[in-house]
Amino acid sequence: MSAVQAVRSRPVLRRWLMVGSAAILWVALYSVNLPWWDWLVYDVAGLDEGSRLGSGVHFFFYDSVKIGLLLTGIIFVVTVLRSFMSVERTRAMLGGKREGFGNVLAAGLGVVTPFCSCSAVPAFIGFVSAGVPIGVTMSFLIASPMVNEIAIALLLGLFGIGPTLLYAGAGLLIAIVGGFVLGRLHVERWVEPFVFETRLRGRVIDSTLGLTWDDRIAMGVEEVGSILRKIWPYLLVGIGLGAVIHGWAPEDFFAQYAGADNPFAVPLAVLLGVPLYSNAAGVLPLVEALHDKGLPMGTLLAFMMAVVALSLPELILLRRVLKPRLIATFVAVVAAGILVVGYLFNAVLA
Amino acid sequence: MLIKILGSGCANCVNLERVTREAADDLGVVAEFEKVTDYADIASYGIMRTPGLVVDDEVLLSGRVPTREQVRELLAPLAPASA
Repeated sequence: MSAVQAVRSRPVLRRWLMVGSAAILWVALYSVNLPWWDWLVYDVAGLDEGSRLGSGVHFFFYDSVKIGLLLTGIIFVVTVLRSFMSVERTRAMLGGKREGFGNVLAAGLGVVTPFCSCSAVPAFIGFVSAGVPIGVTMSFLIASPMVNEIAIALLLGLFGIGPTLLYAGAGLLIAIVGGFVLGRLHVERWVEPFVFETRLRGRVIDSTLGLTWDDRIAMGVEEVGSILRKIWPYLLVGIGLGAVIHGWAPEDFFAQYAGADNPFAVPLAVLLGVPLYSNAAGVLPLVEALHDKGLPMGTLLAFMMAVVALSLPELILLRRVLKPRLIATFVAVVAAGILVVGYLFNAVLA
Repeated sequence: MLIKILGSGCANCVNLERVTREAADDLGVVAEFEKVTDYADIASYGIMRTPGLVVDDEVLLSGRVPTREQVRELLAPLAPASA
Protein backbone atom coordinates (compact mmCIF):
# COMPACT_ATOMS: atom_id res chain seq x y z
CA MET A 1 0.00 0.00 0.00
CA SER A 2 1.50 3.32 -1.05
CA ALA A 3 1.60 6.34 1.21
CA VAL A 4 -1.15 8.05 -0.82
CA GLN A 5 -3.45 5.05 -0.44
CA ALA A 6 -2.67 4.85 3.24
CA VAL A 7 -3.73 8.46 3.70
CA ARG A 8 -6.84 8.06 1.54
CA SER A 9 -8.07 5.10 3.50
CA ARG A 10 -7.76 6.93 6.79
CA PRO A 11 -9.97 10.03 6.92
CA VAL A 12 -8.70 11.03 10.37
CA LEU A 13 -5.10 11.08 9.16
CA ARG A 14 -6.15 12.94 6.01
CA ARG A 15 -7.99 15.59 8.04
CA TRP A 16 -4.99 16.37 10.25
CA LEU A 17 -2.61 16.29 7.27
CA MET A 18 -4.78 18.93 5.59
CA VAL A 19 -4.87 21.10 8.70
CA GLY A 20 -1.09 20.68 9.07
CA SER A 21 -0.38 21.64 5.45
CA ALA A 22 -2.63 24.67 5.76
CA ALA A 23 -0.67 25.74 8.86
CA ILE A 24 2.67 25.34 7.06
CA LEU A 25 1.37 27.29 4.04
CA TRP A 26 0.19 30.04 6.40
CA VAL A 27 3.60 30.37 8.09
CA ALA A 28 5.36 30.38 4.69
CA LEU A 29 3.11 33.14 3.29
CA TYR A 30 3.46 35.21 6.46
CA SER A 31 7.24 35.07 6.37
CA VAL A 32 7.64 35.94 2.66
CA ASN A 33 5.14 38.81 2.82
CA LEU A 34 7.66 41.55 3.69
CA PRO A 35 10.51 40.55 1.30
CA TRP A 36 7.96 39.97 -1.46
CA TRP A 37 6.49 43.51 -1.32
CA ASP A 38 9.94 45.03 -0.75
CA TRP A 39 11.02 43.38 -3.97
CA LEU A 40 7.85 44.15 -5.97
CA VAL A 41 7.29 47.75 -4.89
CA TYR A 42 10.87 48.99 -4.59
CA ASP A 43 12.82 46.81 -7.04
CA VAL A 44 10.34 45.83 -9.77
CA ALA A 45 8.06 48.89 -9.76
CA GLY A 46 11.06 51.08 -8.97
CA LEU A 47 9.33 53.24 -6.35
CA ASP A 48 11.59 55.05 -3.92
CA GLU A 49 11.52 53.59 -0.41
CA GLY A 50 11.83 57.02 1.15
CA SER A 51 9.15 58.67 -1.01
CA ARG A 52 5.58 59.27 0.10
CA LEU A 53 4.11 57.28 -2.76
CA GLY A 54 6.55 54.42 -2.30
CA SER A 55 6.04 53.98 1.42
CA GLY A 56 2.27 54.51 1.12
CA VAL A 57 1.87 51.88 -1.62
CA HIS A 58 4.14 49.47 0.25
CA PHE A 59 2.17 49.98 3.48
CA PHE A 60 -1.12 49.30 1.70
CA PHE A 61 -0.13 46.00 0.07
CA TYR A 62 2.04 44.68 2.88
CA ASP A 63 -0.57 45.49 5.53
CA SER A 64 -3.50 44.10 3.51
CA VAL A 65 -1.81 40.73 3.15
CA LYS A 66 -0.50 40.68 6.72
CA ILE A 67 -3.88 41.55 8.24
CA GLY A 68 -5.65 39.11 5.92
CA LEU A 69 -3.35 36.30 7.02
CA LEU A 70 -3.62 37.17 10.72
CA LEU A 71 -7.41 37.27 10.53
CA THR A 72 -7.63 33.98 8.64
CA GLY A 73 -5.37 32.16 11.09
CA ILE A 74 -6.80 33.51 14.32
CA ILE A 75 -10.49 33.40 13.35
CA PHE A 76 -10.05 29.76 12.35
CA VAL A 77 -8.29 28.73 15.56
CA VAL A 78 -10.67 30.71 17.78
CA THR A 79 -13.79 29.37 16.05
CA VAL A 80 -12.62 25.79 16.43
CA LEU A 81 -11.78 26.33 20.11
CA ARG A 82 -15.04 28.17 20.74
CA SER A 83 -17.07 25.36 19.20
CA PHE A 84 -16.59 23.69 22.59
CA MET A 85 -18.43 26.59 24.26
CA SER A 86 -21.96 27.82 23.68
CA VAL A 87 -24.22 30.62 24.86
CA GLU A 88 -26.43 27.98 26.45
CA ARG A 89 -23.57 26.64 28.54
CA THR A 90 -22.48 30.17 29.47
CA ARG A 91 -25.99 30.98 30.65
CA ALA A 92 -26.12 27.82 32.72
CA MET A 93 -22.82 28.79 34.37
CA LEU A 94 -24.06 32.32 35.12
CA GLY A 95 -27.48 31.36 36.45
CA GLY A 96 -27.83 32.08 40.16
CA LYS A 97 -24.39 33.71 40.45
CA ARG A 98 -24.19 36.69 42.72
CA GLU A 99 -23.07 40.12 41.56
CA GLY A 100 -19.37 40.71 41.93
CA PHE A 101 -18.10 37.23 41.20
CA GLY A 102 -20.84 36.92 38.60
CA ASN A 103 -19.57 40.02 36.82
CA VAL A 104 -16.02 38.67 36.69
CA LEU A 105 -17.21 35.32 35.38
CA ALA A 106 -19.54 36.96 32.83
CA ALA A 107 -16.78 39.17 31.44
CA GLY A 108 -14.44 36.20 31.09
CA LEU A 109 -17.14 34.09 29.44
CA GLY A 110 -17.93 37.02 27.14
CA VAL A 111 -14.47 36.57 25.65
CA VAL A 112 -14.62 32.82 25.09
CA THR A 113 -18.28 32.30 24.15
CA PRO A 114 -19.09 32.29 20.44
CA PHE A 115 -21.39 35.26 20.11
CA CYS A 116 -22.39 37.89 17.59
CA SER A 117 -23.86 41.20 18.67
CA CYS A 118 -26.67 40.53 16.19
CA SER A 119 -27.91 38.01 18.78
CA ALA A 120 -27.60 40.49 21.66
CA VAL A 121 -31.38 40.80 22.07
CA PRO A 122 -32.39 37.11 22.23
CA ALA A 123 -29.36 36.48 24.46
CA PHE A 124 -30.36 39.32 26.79
CA ILE A 125 -33.89 37.94 27.11
CA GLY A 126 -32.54 34.42 27.50
CA PHE A 127 -30.12 35.40 30.27
CA VAL A 128 -32.59 37.53 32.21
CA SER A 129 -35.45 35.02 31.98
CA ALA A 130 -33.06 32.35 33.27
CA GLY A 131 -32.39 34.45 36.38
CA VAL A 132 -29.01 35.97 35.49
CA PRO A 133 -28.87 39.43 37.14
CA ILE A 134 -29.03 42.42 34.73
CA GLY A 135 -25.61 43.74 35.77
CA VAL A 136 -23.99 40.34 35.18
CA THR A 137 -25.70 40.11 31.77
CA MET A 138 -24.33 43.58 30.98
CA SER A 139 -20.78 42.49 31.85
CA PHE A 140 -21.17 39.75 29.26
CA LEU A 141 -22.56 42.12 26.63
CA ILE A 142 -19.75 44.65 27.15
CA ALA A 143 -16.88 42.15 27.14
CA SER A 144 -18.07 40.15 24.16
CA PRO A 145 -17.60 42.76 21.40
CA MET A 146 -14.72 44.60 23.10
CA VAL A 147 -12.33 41.71 23.68
CA ASN A 148 -13.02 39.77 20.49
CA GLU A 149 -10.74 37.56 18.44
CA ILE A 150 -10.40 40.07 15.59
CA ALA A 151 -9.16 42.82 17.93
CA ILE A 152 -6.77 40.44 19.68
CA ALA A 153 -5.42 39.04 16.39
CA LEU A 154 -4.71 42.45 14.95
CA LEU A 155 -3.29 44.02 18.10
CA LEU A 156 -0.98 41.07 18.49
CA GLY A 157 0.20 41.29 14.89
CA LEU A 158 0.55 45.06 14.68
CA PHE A 159 1.65 46.07 18.19
CA GLY A 160 2.90 42.93 19.90
CA ILE A 161 2.03 41.24 23.16
CA GLY A 162 2.30 44.25 25.54
CA PRO A 163 -0.43 46.51 24.12
CA THR A 164 -2.58 43.42 23.44
CA LEU A 165 -2.54 42.40 27.10
CA LEU A 166 -3.19 45.99 28.16
CA TYR A 167 -6.15 46.22 25.83
CA ALA A 168 -7.61 42.86 26.88
CA GLY A 169 -7.07 43.59 30.59
CA ALA A 170 -8.60 47.05 30.34
CA GLY A 171 -11.53 45.73 28.30
CA LEU A 172 -12.27 43.04 30.90
CA LEU A 173 -11.99 45.57 33.71
CA ILE A 174 -14.45 47.94 32.03
CA ALA A 175 -16.86 45.05 31.48
CA ILE A 176 -16.61 43.89 35.11
CA VAL A 177 -16.86 47.32 36.73
CA GLY A 178 -19.38 48.65 34.17
CA GLY A 179 -21.71 45.68 34.68
CA PHE A 180 -21.33 45.91 38.45
CA VAL A 181 -22.17 49.64 38.47
CA LEU A 182 -25.22 49.08 36.24
CA GLY A 183 -26.35 46.34 38.61
CA ARG A 184 -25.96 48.65 41.63
CA LEU A 185 -28.04 51.33 39.88
CA HIS A 186 -30.95 48.86 39.82
CA VAL A 187 -31.58 49.37 36.16
CA GLU A 188 -34.24 46.62 36.12
CA ARG A 189 -36.85 49.37 36.11
CA TRP A 190 -35.54 50.51 32.72
CA VAL A 191 -35.88 47.13 31.05
CA GLU A 192 -38.93 46.61 28.83
CA PRO A 193 -41.44 44.65 30.98
CA PHE A 194 -42.05 41.91 28.41
CA VAL A 195 -38.53 40.61 29.07
CA PHE A 196 -39.50 39.55 32.59
CA GLU A 197 -42.75 38.06 31.34
CA THR A 198 -41.03 35.84 28.81
CA ARG A 199 -41.38 32.23 29.86
CA LEU A 200 -39.18 29.59 28.39
CA ARG A 201 -40.98 26.63 26.89
CA GLY A 202 -39.66 23.39 25.62
CA ARG A 203 -36.27 21.96 26.35
CA VAL A 204 -33.18 24.00 25.72
CA ILE A 205 -30.96 22.51 23.07
CA ASP A 206 -27.25 22.98 23.10
CA SER A 207 -26.20 23.84 19.57
CA THR A 208 -22.73 22.37 20.07
CA LEU A 209 -23.75 18.88 21.09
CA GLY A 210 -22.70 16.09 18.79
CA LEU A 211 -20.19 18.06 16.75
CA THR A 212 -17.35 16.04 15.26
CA TRP A 213 -13.85 17.37 14.58
CA ASP A 214 -14.77 17.56 10.90
CA ASP A 215 -17.79 19.72 11.82
CA ARG A 216 -15.64 22.00 13.97
CA ILE A 217 -13.02 22.43 11.24
CA ALA A 218 -15.74 23.10 8.68
CA MET A 219 -17.23 25.71 11.04
CA GLY A 220 -13.80 27.36 11.31
CA VAL A 221 -13.42 27.55 7.54
CA GLU A 222 -16.97 28.91 7.11
CA GLU A 223 -16.44 31.51 9.82
CA VAL A 224 -13.23 32.77 8.19
CA GLY A 225 -15.14 33.14 4.92
CA SER A 226 -18.16 34.85 6.40
CA ILE A 227 -16.16 37.29 8.55
CA LEU A 228 -13.78 38.22 5.73
CA ARG A 229 -16.73 38.74 3.37
CA LYS A 230 -18.33 41.00 5.95
CA ILE A 231 -15.34 43.11 6.94
CA TRP A 232 -13.23 43.47 3.80
CA PRO A 233 -14.68 46.87 2.80
CA TYR A 234 -13.91 48.24 6.27
CA LEU A 235 -10.50 46.69 6.12
CA LEU A 236 -9.58 48.20 2.75
CA VAL A 237 -10.88 51.65 3.72
CA GLY A 238 -8.97 51.43 7.02
CA ILE A 239 -5.74 50.31 5.38
CA GLY A 240 -6.18 52.90 2.61
CA LEU A 241 -6.60 55.71 5.14
CA GLY A 242 -3.69 54.29 7.10
CA ALA A 243 -1.55 54.30 3.95
CA VAL A 244 -2.44 57.93 3.21
CA ILE A 245 -1.57 58.96 6.77
CA HIS A 246 1.55 56.81 6.64
CA GLY A 247 2.80 58.38 3.43
CA TRP A 248 1.51 61.94 3.48
CA ALA A 249 0.71 63.22 6.97
CA PRO A 250 3.54 65.36 8.38
CA GLU A 251 5.57 63.57 11.02
CA ASP A 252 4.42 65.55 14.06
CA PHE A 253 1.02 66.69 12.79
CA PHE A 254 -1.13 64.50 15.06
CA ALA A 255 1.23 64.45 17.99
CA GLN A 256 1.20 68.25 17.97
CA TYR A 257 -2.59 68.54 18.16
CA ALA A 258 -3.61 65.35 19.92
CA GLY A 259 -0.54 64.34 21.93
CA ALA A 260 -0.48 63.12 25.50
CA ASP A 261 -0.24 66.69 26.83
CA ASN A 262 -3.61 67.61 25.36
CA PRO A 263 -6.26 66.72 28.00
CA PHE A 264 -9.08 66.85 25.44
CA ALA A 265 -7.55 64.27 23.12
CA VAL A 266 -9.00 61.23 24.93
CA PRO A 267 -12.61 62.49 25.21
CA LEU A 268 -12.41 63.61 21.59
CA ALA A 269 -11.21 60.15 20.55
CA VAL A 270 -14.17 58.56 22.39
CA LEU A 271 -16.68 61.03 20.91
CA LEU A 272 -15.33 60.32 17.43
CA GLY A 273 -15.37 56.57 18.02
CA VAL A 274 -18.99 56.03 19.13
CA PRO A 275 -20.82 57.02 15.91
CA LEU A 276 -18.17 55.37 13.76
CA TYR A 277 -19.60 52.00 12.98
CA SER A 278 -16.74 49.80 12.09
CA ASN A 279 -14.99 46.94 13.73
CA ALA A 280 -11.51 46.23 14.94
CA ALA A 281 -10.43 45.26 11.43
CA GLY A 282 -11.31 48.65 9.99
CA VAL A 283 -9.95 50.67 12.89
CA LEU A 284 -6.63 49.00 13.61
CA PRO A 285 -4.78 49.88 10.38
CA LEU A 286 -5.72 53.48 11.10
CA VAL A 287 -4.59 53.16 14.71
CA GLU A 288 -1.30 51.68 13.52
CA ALA A 289 -0.62 54.58 11.14
CA LEU A 290 -1.56 57.18 13.78
CA HIS A 291 0.69 55.47 16.30
CA ASP A 292 3.58 55.69 13.83
CA LYS A 293 2.88 59.41 13.64
CA GLY A 294 3.35 59.80 17.38
CA LEU A 295 -0.16 59.55 18.84
CA PRO A 296 -0.04 58.04 22.35
CA MET A 297 -1.30 54.49 22.87
CA GLY A 298 -3.90 55.44 25.52
CA THR A 299 -5.71 57.81 23.20
CA LEU A 300 -5.63 55.26 20.39
CA LEU A 301 -6.87 52.36 22.53
CA ALA A 302 -9.69 54.59 23.83
CA PHE A 303 -10.64 55.40 20.25
CA MET A 304 -10.62 51.75 19.28
CA MET A 305 -12.65 50.66 22.32
CA ALA A 306 -15.26 53.33 21.62
CA VAL A 307 -15.58 52.12 18.03
CA VAL A 308 -15.94 48.42 18.80
CA ALA A 309 -17.74 48.44 22.16
CA LEU A 310 -20.26 51.22 21.57
CA SER A 311 -21.79 50.79 18.17
CA LEU A 312 -24.98 52.55 17.14
CA PRO A 313 -26.53 49.55 15.33
CA GLU A 314 -26.16 47.39 18.45
CA LEU A 315 -27.64 50.13 20.63
CA ILE A 316 -30.60 50.43 18.25
CA LEU A 317 -31.13 46.66 18.46
CA LEU A 318 -30.94 46.76 22.26
CA ARG A 319 -33.64 49.44 22.29
CA ARG A 320 -36.15 46.59 21.78
CA VAL A 321 -35.43 45.35 25.31
CA LEU A 322 -33.94 48.38 27.08
CA LYS A 323 -35.62 51.72 27.70
CA PRO A 324 -33.77 54.84 26.43
CA ARG A 325 -32.66 55.75 29.96
CA LEU A 326 -30.90 52.43 30.37
CA ILE A 327 -29.25 52.72 26.96
CA ALA A 328 -28.03 56.21 27.88
CA THR A 329 -26.75 54.97 31.25
CA PHE A 330 -25.07 52.00 29.57
CA VAL A 331 -23.28 54.28 27.09
CA ALA A 332 -22.29 56.71 29.86
CA VAL A 333 -20.85 53.99 32.12
CA VAL A 334 -18.88 52.31 29.33
CA ALA A 335 -17.65 55.64 27.91
CA ALA A 336 -16.51 56.71 31.39
CA GLY A 337 -14.58 53.46 31.73
CA ILE A 338 -12.93 53.99 28.35
CA LEU A 339 -11.96 57.56 29.30
CA VAL A 340 -10.29 56.38 32.50
CA VAL A 341 -8.41 53.69 30.60
CA GLY A 342 -7.26 56.18 27.97
CA TYR A 343 -5.89 58.67 30.53
CA LEU A 344 -4.32 55.88 32.59
CA PHE A 345 -2.45 54.38 29.64
CA ASN A 346 -1.27 57.77 28.47
CA ALA A 347 0.09 58.43 31.95
CA VAL A 348 1.64 54.99 32.45
CA LEU A 349 3.06 54.47 28.97
CA ALA A 350 4.40 57.99 28.46
CA MET B 1 -45.76 19.79 9.44
CA LEU B 2 -45.33 23.34 10.66
CA ILE B 3 -41.82 24.69 10.21
CA LYS B 4 -40.87 27.91 11.93
CA ILE B 5 -37.80 29.94 11.07
CA LEU B 6 -36.74 32.06 14.05
CA GLY B 7 -34.75 35.20 13.44
CA SER B 8 -35.08 38.88 12.81
CA GLY B 9 -34.54 38.86 9.07
CA CYS B 10 -30.78 38.56 8.99
CA ALA B 11 -29.01 36.86 6.09
CA ASN B 12 -28.65 33.65 8.11
CA CYS B 13 -32.42 33.34 8.53
CA VAL B 14 -32.95 33.66 4.78
CA ASN B 15 -30.31 31.00 4.18
CA LEU B 16 -31.82 28.72 6.79
CA GLU B 17 -35.26 29.01 5.22
CA ARG B 18 -33.82 28.25 1.79
CA VAL B 19 -31.98 25.06 2.84
CA THR B 20 -34.98 23.94 4.89
CA ARG B 21 -37.34 24.34 1.94
CA GLU B 22 -34.91 22.41 -0.23
CA ALA B 23 -34.63 19.65 2.36
CA ALA B 24 -38.41 19.44 2.72
CA ASP B 25 -38.75 19.19 -1.07
CA ASP B 26 -36.13 16.42 -1.13
CA LEU B 27 -38.17 14.44 1.38
CA GLY B 28 -41.44 15.18 -0.37
CA VAL B 29 -42.77 16.69 2.84
CA VAL B 30 -45.65 19.14 2.60
CA ALA B 31 -44.79 21.77 5.16
CA GLU B 32 -46.17 25.10 6.15
CA PHE B 33 -43.51 27.74 6.78
CA GLU B 34 -43.77 30.51 9.28
CA LYS B 35 -41.29 33.26 10.08
CA VAL B 36 -40.96 34.24 13.72
CA THR B 37 -39.36 37.64 13.98
CA ASP B 38 -40.63 38.87 17.34
CA TYR B 39 -37.83 38.80 19.90
CA ALA B 40 -40.05 37.76 22.80
CA ASP B 41 -41.37 34.83 20.75
CA ILE B 42 -37.87 33.85 19.64
CA ALA B 43 -36.52 33.98 23.17
CA SER B 44 -39.45 31.98 24.53
CA TYR B 45 -38.14 28.97 22.61
CA GLY B 46 -34.96 29.21 24.66
CA ILE B 47 -32.96 30.25 21.62
CA MET B 48 -30.14 32.71 22.20
CA ARG B 49 -28.42 32.63 18.87
CA THR B 50 -30.37 33.18 15.70
CA PRO B 51 -31.31 31.66 13.37
CA GLY B 52 -33.41 28.91 14.90
CA LEU B 53 -35.30 26.04 13.32
CA VAL B 54 -38.48 24.89 15.03
CA VAL B 55 -40.61 22.03 13.72
CA ASP B 56 -44.00 21.38 15.28
CA ASP B 57 -42.93 23.44 18.31
CA GLU B 58 -39.73 21.50 18.87
CA VAL B 59 -36.42 23.33 18.55
CA LEU B 60 -34.20 21.34 16.20
CA LEU B 61 -31.32 23.71 15.74
CA SER B 62 -30.06 27.17 16.62
CA GLY B 63 -27.11 29.44 16.10
CA ARG B 64 -25.91 28.26 12.73
CA VAL B 65 -27.01 27.58 9.19
CA PRO B 66 -26.82 23.85 8.54
CA THR B 67 -26.34 22.20 5.16
CA ARG B 68 -29.25 20.86 3.16
CA GLU B 69 -28.18 17.31 4.07
CA GLN B 70 -28.13 18.08 7.78
CA VAL B 71 -31.65 19.51 7.67
CA ARG B 72 -32.80 16.47 5.72
CA GLU B 73 -31.46 14.22 8.46
CA LEU B 74 -33.22 16.31 11.10
CA LEU B 75 -36.53 16.33 9.23
CA ALA B 76 -36.56 12.72 8.05
CA PRO B 77 -37.69 11.12 11.35
CA LEU B 78 -40.47 13.71 11.63
CA ALA B 79 -41.84 13.20 8.13
CA PRO B 80 -45.14 11.34 7.84
CA ALA B 81 -44.61 7.66 7.02
CA SER B 82 -46.85 7.85 3.99
CA ALA B 83 -44.74 10.52 2.30
